Amino acid sequence: MHTPSTEARPSIYYQYEVFKPWLASAHPPQTRQKVVIVGSGPAGMVTALELARHGVPSVVLSAELQFSQGSRAICFTRRSMEILQQVGVADRMTAGGLPWRFGNSFYRGQRVFRMEAPHDADDRFFPIINVQQQFMEEYLHDACKASPLIDFRWGNKVNTVVQKDGYAQLEVDTPEGPYTLESDWVVAADGGRSGIRTAMNLQMEGASYEGFFVIADIKIDLPLPTERLAYFDPDWNPGNTILMHREPNGIWRVDYQLPPGETPEEALRPESLKARINAQLAMIGHAGVPWEMDWSSVYSARTLTLPDFVHGSVIFTGDAAHLLPIFGVRGANTAFQDAQSLGWHLAFVAKGLAGPQLLANHSAERVGAAREIITEAGKSTRFMAPPSPGFRLLRDAVLSLSLTQAFVRPLYHWRTSRPHEYTHSMLNSAGDDNGLFKSGPAHGAPPQNVRLGANDFLLDHLGGGFDLLYFTDTALPDALQQVINAARQKGMPLNVTAVGAAQPVAGADQHLPDADGHLRQRYGVPAHGGAYLLRPDQHICARWLTLDATRLQAALNNALPR
Amino acid sequence: MTPLSHSPTLSIGGLETVYDALATAIDQAGADKAQLFLVKLALLNANALADETLFQQHITAALQDL
Repeated sequence: MHTPSTEARPSIYYQYEVFKPWLASAHPPQTRQKVVIVGSGPAGMVTALELARHGVPSVVLSAELQFSQGSRAICFTRRSMEILQQVGVADRMTAGGLPWRFGNSFYRGQRVFRMEAPHDADDRFFPIINVQQQFMEEYLHDACKASPLIDFRWGNKVNTVVQKDGYAQLEVDTPEGPYTLESDWVVAADGGRSGIRTAMNLQMEGASYEGFFVIADIKIDLPLPTERLAYFDPDWNPGNTILMHREPNGIWRVDYQLPPGETPEEALRPESLKARINAQLAMIGHAGVPWEMDWSSVYSARTLTLPDFVHGSVIFTGDAAHLLPIFGVRGANTAFQDAQSLGWHLAFVAKGLAGPQLLANHSAERVGAAREIITEAGKSTRFMAPPSPGFRLLRDAVLSLSLTQAFVRPLYHWRTSRPHEYTHSMLNSAGDDNGLFKSGPAHGAPPQNVRLGANDFLLDHLGGGFDLLYFTDTALPDALQQVINAARQKGMPLNVTAVGAAQPVAGADQHLPDADGHLRQRYGVPAHGGAYLLRPDQHICARWLTLDATRLQAALNNALPR
Repeated sequence: MTPLSHSPTLSIGGLETVYDALATAIDQAGADKAQLFLVKLALLNANALADETLFQQHITAALQDL
């Protein structure tokens, strides 16, 4: 019998709702599901929403009866917001969030590095926005509830997953006892301590770093802007690093490294937290400002990934698939990209529009992304928390030099999470004009957003299937229309946008006037007749200077391998 | 031992000046800061070299016969 807590979690700023558990006795007998998603964090819910968008129903299982404890992930990147826009929650994130683009590193009281993340006029979203995870989960949950294709089950804990021939059998425990659930696919979005990963005895590749960091959220009124603050080797915590972030609702995140040998239990004692937070506040000139503790936790930096995310009927995603250091905001932000990718890849396989190679492609692309992140995050981690005497000596030398020598200061850069480019994806078209373009997003790249007008951007108009951007002011040639219609008849969702057309044109579902040619310029298209093909995650899989029916057919065939 | 570079090298007099200056600076830094000082110096020199391959050769050479 699974008995999750029915007591609302404590929080200064967030009122937890305790949901009713889903009980099998209150529902008709279960048929085999298409997709069961284990875990209701960012990865699980975005996967469910993307699947629903492509018409695939899913069951989401949450072991708890409420959203997660504490703020957890607080910094969301522009690409995450673009993904959240696709599943309909970006406006709520924006309404409650604190956007920012500057980061500061301090050593011996001097600001030795200032990061200024670019903010292009063509971007709808800021480089980063701070929102506490409970709010983000609430927004995603509301979107899930609004979908008739998502069956959300609170208080359902997975005991076992048994792989059968072409499906999996789950034993799910609830407050009235266990029931059995069968599903063609199981998405393991059950977090960094994934019980499914452990039970399947899957080994992750990579490194774990020694040393712990405390995360503490405090309510305090500090007259500081929303910028990232990093303090290196302060007097009160010699050799270690402290990070501070402003959160909405009068909360600040204080994140500090523990001296070697100190246990998490010691570090989380109230008197220990109090002394260190007071010391940090004193160091930044705000000694004695009253504050109140909301939540605290401990983490250590790890750079680990499963080498394959797909195992029979079980697919791992988010933290269940990889563990990444939080320097560079890589947890939830990577999970969103994983989930967006998984959502459409799995949907097309579940609907029979593509073969299992498409899921292999998802795994290859996202494992590649995890490995790229591990390489980058490893550099940040070795600077923030040096793993050996040599790394510590180099880091300390850089700190010391940075007071006077500009050339070392870029080493403070924390390499913010950015979307992986699927440059070598098997879905990229071999016979297109990718190499002939002088600018614009290339094979595998995420889309370039473009401002079209007041509160109107290109990405507002895309998504939900494949998108063909065709640059024209007249009707699409008949041959192209025939290829497009044939693909649709086979079930491929393909939305055609005529770019550069002031009026609706035959063969296009929508038109964007692009009167000043700015979109065409950002996409590096020299003349009418050029085109881009975007996957359902908006990454580029083909582009042509002059599109013809034969090459469009080839690109569509390639993008959905059977 | 093969020479590490074909670019101009120090004269004997110049080498002797570097020798004395480095020894004096290590003493000035003190036993507990000598390592830190030497690493800072190495990074400054590496930046002036502007050649990470040559710097790697210097590392390899310096690691010999310790």
